[in-house]
Amino acid sequence: MTQRAWLPPLVLLLCLAVFPLFAGEYFVNLGSQVLVAAVFASSLNLLVGYAGLTSLGHASFLGLSAYISAWLAVRMGLGHAVTAPAALLLTTLIGMAFGWIALRATGLGFLMLTLALSQIVWGVGFRWVSLTNGDNGLSGLTRPQPFGWNLEISNNYFWFSLIVAGLSVFLMSRFVDSPFGASLRGTRDQPRRMSALGFNVWAIRWVAFVVSSFFAAVAGLLYVYFHKYIHPSVMSISVSAEALLSVIAGGSGTIAGPLLGALLVVVMKNYASAYIERWNMLLGFVFVFIVIFMPNGVVPGLRHWTRHWRKDSP
Amino acid sequence: MQIWVIQTLNSLSLGGLLFMLSSGFALIFGLMRIANLTHGALFMLGAYVAATVVRAGYGLALAALAAAVAIAIVGGLIERLILRRLTGNPQGQVLATLGLSFVAADFCLMVWGGDPIPINTPAMFRTPLQLLGLSFPTYRLFVLAVSIVSAAALYLLIERTRLGAMIRAGVDDMQMARAVGIPASRLFTTVFCLGAGLAGLGGAIGGPIFNAYPGLDGEMLPLALIVVILGGVGSLVGTFVASFVIGFVYTFGIALAPDLAYVILFLPMVVVIAFRPTGLFGRAIT
Repeated sequence: MTQRAWLPPLVLLLCLAVFPLFAGEYFVNLGSQVLVAAVFASSLNLLVGYAGLTSLGHASFLGLSAYISAWLAVRMGLGHAVTAPAALLLTTLIGMAFGWIALRATGLGFLMLTLALSQIVWGVGFRWVSLTNGDNGLSGLTRPQPFGWNLEISNNYFWFSLIVAGLSVFLMSRFVDSPFGASLRGTRDQPRRMSALGFNVWAIRWVAFVVSSFFAAVAGLLYVYFHKYIHPSVMSISVSAEALLSVIAGGSGTIAGPLLGALLVVVMKNYASAYIERWNMLLGFVFVFIVIFMPNGVVPGLRHWTRHWRKDSP
Repeated sequence: MQIWVIQTLNSLSLGGLLFMLSSGFALIFGLMRIANLTHGALFMLGAYVAATVVRAGYGLALAALAAAVAIAIVGGLIERLILRRLTGNPQGQVLATLGLSFVAADFCLMVWGGDPIPINTPAMFRTPLQLLGLSFPTYRLFVLAVSIVSAAALYLLIERTRLGAMIRAGVDDMQMARAVGIPASRLFTTVFCLGAGLAGLGGAIGGPIFNAYPGLDGEMLPLALIVVILGGVGSLVGTFVASFVIGFVYTFGIALAPDLAYVILFLPMVVVIAFRPTGLFGRAIT
């Protein structure tokens, strides 16, 4: 870390903070969606980039958190002060259980287990109609009003999301820069050596899984507040895949990568669906293209480039 | 009594179809370490191809053959044109197959539209078999028979032929197999075609039961994954047993507690994973 490392994030935050003052409502709402996707992709990045565990089931945590808070509000009539912490807590608990199951394997086995688990959660969302209202989803939700701040206004919601997203990304960057983060990267690169050094590789991975599911739950709350509606498709594999694409396209194992990737994917999705119906086909082709031609993502590529540039001009 | 007979037959035929789907997945995974996530989409594509051939006025036998061949060719193309570029990058391969599964699913939606396309049961299987005062749906018996025949053929292929010996050698130790002169490149393409063809055949045979509809891929892929996880990767016997276990659990789950069918599906997987992380008959997944 260089001394001025705090400067670019601060400039970015300030630029984003004044963004709603200049942009129209459509773009402000688009910006809020980018922020939700950025938190979600960053949480997945903890697993994919820093733990070296490719999960294909991350949407289940976003969906579970959104569903739990929506269900408690609609069916139990509870207020946001209860539903939000309850959703975070329950989702993290489920993350503990899922992590315990999925981390029975690593590599492709882990990927298949996370996919199978999330498809089951998705199936429950669709089929357990008496609990989740099935294909109709849960509607009639409200946004919270922290300290009387009216989040129904698009600009306010953008600022609220910016605060939550900024805080989440800051906490995640502290997490990966901590000694624990170093040991996590160690288990990614040299699991056997870490084990020989006395680290409990399994436990380190499990903690990363749980932390990752917690931040996915945060993204789930932001998601359900934004849409004020929840449908089982939010837990589908294509949502997990979009987040994974954001991470990989931006550059896994970097803090900025998933943020940039989320921006690219959300903007591409919005513009593509305005012109063509075939978003899923485009998503699929982009996936194949990125994997074959840009396996390291945009941010590491840029970093490589700037390093060259700095070397040339001392 | 009658309802139990029907449900048992439904379970057995679903188990048979799951075997056709997951054995190809398990073969590809065992030999090439590729988790082929297009497998559900290939199954659906098989059902659509069969529906098109049947609608054109030909019989189901021809439709099934056409589906198996067409999907085998698609599988071979995927392996040669895309996965081959990503050799040594298992994560990249899995993501590429995921991307392709979206493309394939959207392609089906584009070509065949959003409405389910029914495939008529062939006339000879329409009248149920009467035995001991109970009636047995003939088509389910036929599906079960086809899947058992293909399981036996697959077993003989792997255990008794030269190709099978090469596959077994590759599964055990790819480097050694290459060293003794096994043509790995051709073997990979062959196995990928075989696995894809089995999925296509399963889709065609399953067509009269499921119909061809968008979302069939998402319905089948998780079941296949659970079968492979349960049975243990690289074990044909494990895949066979797990297919029928899941066939029963899922069918009876839907019949007895429709809301909870997916939760019930979850339980055998968790139990097996908890006590035998490698699956019932498998070895460690790496």
